[in-house]
Amino acid sequence: MDLIDVQDVRVPATRADLRVGAGEKVLAGGTWLYSVKETGLIGLVDITQLGWKPVEHTDSALVIAATCTVAELSRLTPLALRTDPIRSASGHESPDDPFALFWQCANSFLASYKIWNVATVGGNIALALPAGPMISLAASLEAEAVIWMPEGGERRMPVAELVTGVMQTALEPGEVLREIAIPRACLESRTGFRRIALNALGRTGTLLIARRAPTGQTVFTVTGGTTHPVQLRFDESPSASLLEERVRAIDCWYNDAHGSSDWRLAMSVRFAEQLREELA
Amino acid sequence: MKFSVNGASVEAIPAAGQVLQTVLRDLDHFEVKMGCGSGDCGACTVLLNGDPIHSCIYPAHRLEGAEITTVSGLGSPEHPHPLQQSFVEAAGFQCGFCTAGMIVTASTFTEDDHDDLPRLLKSNICRCTGYRSIRDAICGTSNTQTPASGEAAGQSVRAPAGMRVATGEEEFTLDVRTTGLLHLAVLKSPHAHARILSIDPSRALAAEGVHAVLTHRDSPATLFSTGRHEMRTDDPDDTLVLDPVLRFIGQRVAAVVADTIAIAERALALIEVEYEVLPAVFDPELARSPGAPLLHADKGELQRIAAPERNVLAEMHGEMGDVDAAIAAADAVATGTWQTQRVNHAALETHATRGWLDADGRLVLRTSSQVPYLVRDELCRIFDLDPARLRVFTARVGGGFGGKQELFTEDLVTLAVLRTGRPVQYQFTREDEFTIASPRHPMRVSVTLAATSDGTLTAMAVDELTDTGAYGNHGIGVMYHSVHESISVYRCANKRVDAESVYTNNLPSGAFRGYGLGQVIFAIESAMDELARTLGMDPFELRRRNVVVPGDDMVVVEPHAETDLIYGSYGLDQCLDLVQAALADPQPSADPEWQTGTGMALAMIASLPPRGHYADATARLLTDGDIEIGVGTVEFGNGTTTVHTQLVASALGTTVDRVRIRQSDTDVVKYDTGAFGSAGVVVAGKALLSAADRLGELMLERAYSLVPGEGAVLQDGGVRIGARVVSAAELLEAGPLTATGRHDGTPRTVAFNVHGFRVAVNPATGEVRILQSVQAADAGTVLNPEQLRGQIEGATAQAIGTALYEEMRLDGAGRVTTTALRNYHVPRFADIPDTQVLFAETFDDLGPLGAKSMSEAPYNPVAPALANAIRDALGVRPHELPMSRERLWRLVSAAPADTAADELSPPA
Repeated sequence: MDLIDVQDVRVPATRADLRVGAGEKVLAGGTWLYSVKETGLIGLVDITQLGWKPVEHTDSALVIAATCTVAELSRLTPLALRTDPIRSASGHESPDDPFALFWQCANSFLASYKIWNVATVGGNIALALPAGPMISLAASLEAEAVIWMPEGGERRMPVAELVTGVMQTALEPGEVLREIAIPRACLESRTGFRRIALNALGRTGTLLIARRAPTGQTVFTVTGGTTHPVQLRFDESPSASLLEERVRAIDCWYNDAHGSSDWRLAMSVRFAEQLREELA
Repeated sequence: MKFSVNGASVEAIPAAGQVLQTVLRDLDHFEVKMGCGSGDCGACTVLLNGDPIHSCIYPAHRLEGAEITTVSGLGSPEHPHPLQQSFVEAAGFQCGFCTAGMIVTASTFTEDDHDDLPRLLKSNICRCTGYRSIRDAICGTSNTQTPASGEAAGQSVRAPAGMRVATGEEEFTLDVRTTGLLHLAVLKSPHAHARILSIDPSRALAAEGVHAVLTHRDSPATLFSTGRHEMRTDDPDDTLVLDPVLRFIGQRVAAVVADTIAIAERALALIEVEYEVLPAVFDPELARSPGAPLLHADKGELQRIAAPERNVLAEMHGEMGDVDAAIAAADAVATGTWQTQRVNHAALETHATRGWLDADGRLVLRTSSQVPYLVRDELCRIFDLDPARLRVFTARVGGGFGGKQELFTEDLVTLAVLRTGRPVQYQFTREDEFTIASPRHPMRVSVTLAATSDGTLTAMAVDELTDTGAYGNHGIGVMYHSVHESISVYRCANKRVDAESVYTNNLPSGAFRGYGLGQVIFAIESAMDELARTLGMDPFELRRRNVVVPGDDMVVVEPHAETDLIYGSYGLDQCLDLVQAALADPQPSADPEWQTGTGMALAMIASLPPRGHYADATARLLTDGDIEIGVGTVEFGNGTTTVHTQLVASALGTTVDRVRIRQSDTDVVKYDTGAFGSAGVVVAGKALLSAADRLGELMLERAYSLVPGEGAVLQDGGVRIGARVVSAAELLEAGPLTATGRHDGTPRTVAFNVHGFRVAVNPATGEVRILQSVQAADAGTVLNPEQLRGQIEGATAQAIGTALYEEMRLDGAGRVTTTALRNYHVPRFADIPDTQVLFAETFDDLGPLGAKSMSEAPYNPVAPALANAIRDALGVRPHELPMSRERLWRLVSAAPADTAADELSPPA
């Protein structure tokens, strides 16, 4: 929809031009910002013309620019690993290759592939909706957020900690999410994915990704069902009872039109156990 | 900036914050539709440099050098894209508002993608079809025919507007340029109950670009109801155009008329209002209890409000026989309380009106309405206008489902045009559809049924409480209708009804497909299922023993009441047999975790509303042999226009492409009550058929006067006498040939639907998988099999949404919290199974060529059939809609299967 209070859209071409003033917001794809009325939003700073390379492979990390579109990201999953989203949500198709996750998480958007053509990885993370599937992806793969600070310089923090609550992040005013870096080591883990919504391809009720490192370290990342990402870490595969106890101890279950907190908890318990068995 | 649209270079200077969609519509690319403005529905899909995107959320400042393709860029009626051709041939649309976006999206698919449609179409909403026909269109399956002269009735003829819809050429309400158009925005009440103490519009009025600010001081003092019926006295007079008392969050406080919608909306903040906040009530049970704040205490009998002193809009209490005694003497009793939710119509075209003064100074309204004549008549009353000075018409309407049997936008536009003298538009946003349009009435329905051991129903007691919200639009009619055919379909000596429709400070409820029946049928058919279980009897058999058959009175609680409802035909027996046979061989579940079950339910419906439904129609021979018809009723995906062409073509021995249609305009025919209560075929169609028959007689008479002979037959707009064909031009040399027809909507007949489901339910998650869905319909003569199948599939899909997914949530203090389609799940492609559609073979004595209406009816048996199947699978009965995954999971978790009989009481 037209944003009627917006008076100015700036499109910086260099970091030097990139600053975000009062009443302004950072615009990436825009698929969220242009979908809601926001009183008092007077300006946008469009970061899509800064020339950021969508995906870079470094020795230590897979680096995904904040402006990488979801469509580009989804293509990181090789064709053979592109699962059917309904079968994959319930574990009927469950590749243990972490490269399957890009596709699975892209398909966890309520929005279709048409939105992926515009929506960005960074935008979804910075929006910090509980159901943000790019948060699920980044948190489960221990991605580190690279944040540009307004006075220059950058700081880093795990995406799992960047998202602090429902539409709340640790980003300070004027800060811009530049990229996320997924450590190579995490891409050598085995992973498993489960998701449920109140309808077949709906907005996430809860989404669990389990990751088991070659060392045996096992991490369960809960998103969607909780107000912010929750990670349960175990040095080795936990027992069923310990895992259930830890899931039940989570204290930030979310409750909205996409699921009640009791159901989200129960589904998370169920999925955690399925993934535990799958990766054991 | 420069970019191209459909290959043509354009220049535009978008405003900061503007989106591609509105830029395109400003450039007269009206084929790009506004369904939601939030990227959820897909109606605005275009290609951007070859990739499909949702133009309503695409920033326009990025358009420099872009290549945009809309549906009109894919093809034209003369040179259609293969998909456009295929959507027409498959009948892959009903209202057609989603079609442009659907075709643009599908234009990027490869053949391999045909297996991936649930995923690829998940952000394309179609509210009408149920998606099967869309899949057919995409996969190239044709479902339609081109019948020969005189043979159209009974065949799957295409919708006359099909190719225009598929190429984006068909105009919907706002798809036209109006010079000098002003826009209207509404300041909405922040309070659920308040009185305006003072209102100062001066700052808003002083803002640049603002032409008028309308407040309650500008409002006519005439009370009315937004709900519209043939008899205006069917609804209470409880509403003003602008009222100083606000009774729900979102009610109009004031309206600004300005050069642009942005100016109008920004000026709303400049209106200074002082409110006195009043106590409010949100629960209908509390609202009718002593001490509750009263909503309409200043009104009463004169306004047709039953008991304003306890917030009761309407009540019905009646008993025949002795229900309590029958229950006491029964061998089996089933009882329970069922709750239904608010359901949003989610028609893809939002409510909207554009109004202006024509060259003669006459007020003209172009509106998205099911009832243009009723709108005209009530506006004349409210504004004291001469009907000759007001014309109301519709273009193609983008979906209705009952939601446009209201006066939600036309009155404010009237006020604004009369005030400014300028053209004015008022368009609901999607958020408005959720917060200020009227959803389906939520109801709490308690049912007790009793029977003897042989399955003879001996008592039926229904206690209904419905929340009409802050105003009573449709609140009376829905309540009375809800307990009519739902109860009168059963023969039973002892019946009792207690029903009340109660005001609260929630948003007003309104007319929705089925008009109350669905809510009560959900309860009664669930209770019937439980009774069958108690008796150990097959649920089909229990129905057969108790349903009315021709000769039986159709009784609610008053035996031998005067009625015009008769059995023009009867096919319920066939429907029961057809569904039972279709469900005969259940396959076991492939997945041991999932439990399977089977369920059925039936529904009866009167073929049209009571107390009169009138239609005038005209038919005129044109010199080229085409037939021009005039009808008042509205096309919004109901398919009546298609059937109208079939009736005329059959009556006059011609083909449907020779029928030219003028419709839904108060200038076209004298009167039409409107397109509701499924009346488009059985009332307007019957009026039209009699006009066409009369025209045929006149043509034959004229032909005999020119060419002596005998055995004349009508042929393609002319008359053949022996070897001689008298052309239309020859016939018309002696003067015009026109005929009129009229139908008054009485007597009325009954139609039946039976639905059956086989489901698998995962008790661990609450997921429901529909393994089989079958509906049998008794629609009399099937005039257009593919269209009727589409209506039944679409109704089934909408009802599956009601049954499993859709729920408008309120915060308990009158505020709707589900205000976007992303938070209110209208079924998508992935959610809807194929439904097998079967037809009873009947011929109705009353309907045109033996046909009955079938638009609302197929919605009604679906939710209870699904509930009964879920009950069968889980061993525990759901009582609340929607039967969402979380609710079913909770139902199972809280109550193990073997304690599920708690709602069954043993005979006393």
